[in-house]
Amino acid sequence: MLGFAAKRLLLLLPVFFAVSLIIFLIVHLVPGDPIDNLIRIGATPQQRAELAAKYGLDKPLFEQYFLWLANLFKGDLGDAIVVRRPVATLIAQNLPYSLTLGSLALLFSTFVGVSAGATAAVHRDSLVDRGIMGLVLLGSTIPGFWIGLLLILAFAVQLGWFPVSGARGWSSLVLPVLTIGLGGTALIARVTRVAMIDISQKDFILLLHAKGLPNWRIQIFHILRHALIPVITVLALRIGWILGGAVTVEFVFARPGLGTLLIKALNQRDYPLVQGCLLMLAIAVMLGTLIGDLLQAAMDPRSRDALKS
Amino acid sequence: MTVNADSTFYRVVASPGGAIATVFLATVIFVAIFADWLAPYSFEIQNLPMANTPPSVAHWLGTDEFGRDVLSRIIHGARTSLKVSVVAISVSVCVGMFLGAMSGYLGGIFDRIVTAVVDLTWSFPEILIALIFVAIVGAGMYSTMMAIGIAYLAQFTRLTRAQILSLKNETYVEATVSLGAGPRHVVFAHLLPNALPPIIVAAMLATGDGIILEATLGFFGLGAQPPIPSWGGMMSNGTAQIFTAPWIIIFPGLMVALSVIAINMLGDSLIRALDIRSQVRPA
Repeated sequence: MLGFAAKRLLLLLPVFFAVSLIIFLIVHLVPGDPIDNLIRIGATPQQRAELAAKYGLDKPLFEQYFLWLANLFKGDLGDAIVVRRPVATLIAQNLPYSLTLGSLALLFSTFVGVSAGATAAVHRDSLVDRGIMGLVLLGSTIPGFWIGLLLILAFAVQLGWFPVSGARGWSSLVLPVLTIGLGGTALIARVTRVAMIDISQKDFILLLHAKGLPNWRIQIFHILRHALIPVITVLALRIGWILGGAVTVEFVFARPGLGTLLIKALNQRDYPLVQGCLLMLAIAVMLGTLIGDLLQAAMDPRSRDALKS
Repeated sequence: MTVNADSTFYRVVASPGGAIATVFLATVIFVAIFADWLAPYSFEIQNLPMANTPPSVAHWLGTDEFGRDVLSRIIHGARTSLKVSVVAISVSVCVGMFLGAMSGYLGGIFDRIVTAVVDLTWSFPEILIALIFVAIVGAGMYSTMMAIGIAYLAQFTRLTRAQILSLKNETYVEATVSLGAGPRHVVFAHLLPNALPPIIVAAMLATGDGIILEATLGFFGLGAQPPIPSWGGMMSNGTAQIFTAPWIIIFPGLMVALSVIAINMLGDSLIRALDIRSQVRPA
């Protein structure tokens, strides 16, 4: 298991270099002088020279990339152009909001998705099954930000139960979590249902029935337990999507967070901030996938063989 | 597997879901094409005294903060949404099929590089890939198109490659090769046509996702720039009016949702008609 974890971590290195290279290149691919993209208009020639020296902008692109990486590992992501503060500080301020929102949404969609999928599987081909799966299809096709806006309209504007926007206290988390969670729920419910139906047809389940075990025990302790393995795999893949959802939903609810920071930076062409946010999001996706893979390997030893070639 | 177009079409339209979806989508496409004749008002001429009026006989879906007719803007927005997602996904499918077929058929170092890049992008959500791309080329309708195309490239490359790999060892392909057919002939005349049905269905489902992605980028203010109306852009402007004129947000969003649901219904009935569920949507 430790060997697998180490190998899996090593495999992440080339991915990190490739992704960071692309994000580094953004400043150089945008038309115009990279210095103009990294500093505010009206900067003194001295400030420009300082910046050029720090990033080695007169050196070959290859060297610049490693200088940028070296600064990165020192925790220096440059200064945001518009708000004139270090990018690292801005990210550190906003990250906790995104993490809270993301993890709560993940919990919500896992819990609701698994319960919905399991209920549908137990009542297979009945009205309950069709109703749940119909709702699930609806949830997966409606764009997340529109659900968010409708929830705001219904529960914040009309009923006044929750705040419309911002991040003050727990009540402001309810609608955003619901919005992201509903999107993720669909997929998890679908996977749970298919996996449970698949396992309920296995021989050992037939044996348990023959032994006279009560049906609810079989459903929960034997079928659902085995069905959770593919669910975890999908969840791991979903971590990235939930982060993507968080980007959108934060913006809808005008919550502080990485997503809102990124969209604002993109609209203001604040490239150092864009680079910092994209890098953080990419790292989060990579770590999410890593955690998912490790969890899966811990549960299902067979999946560790995938790296033994 | 040969696909008889008539019978497949018949089976799709004969299912209730497929029929409703076909009629709805045909209407949206018709409206998008003839938007200039069908829209009751101009999409850009402002009429400030009429700002934020609720739905009425004169303005069926109300007016926005500049007094522009919401219905007319939705009709013109359909053109933007469809154009962006259809062009983006078409380009993505063509390039993805080419890359996937080459790497699946040729194998070797080319296959390794393509697979590595595809696996790399596969784990990242499409919205993140699209945002990275928009960061480079800037906001606008054409960069949204390219961003969506690139975001879905991995999916089609992967799908085509898997199809080619499974078809490559069929007896009829071996027979064609032993008769002296070159790689270009084998790939374009035999492998790709047979790999096509699941790719077409996947392309269709991706077009639905493309509409959502376009609306999302538009909502961020990064999509088609004013005065060109887009569903996402309309909702983006509408958020400021959420207390006074919620219809500015409700109706464009409804159109996005209905279009995507219709595309998914049509896709599902196509999957059933062609019997290719395991290839397109493996649980």
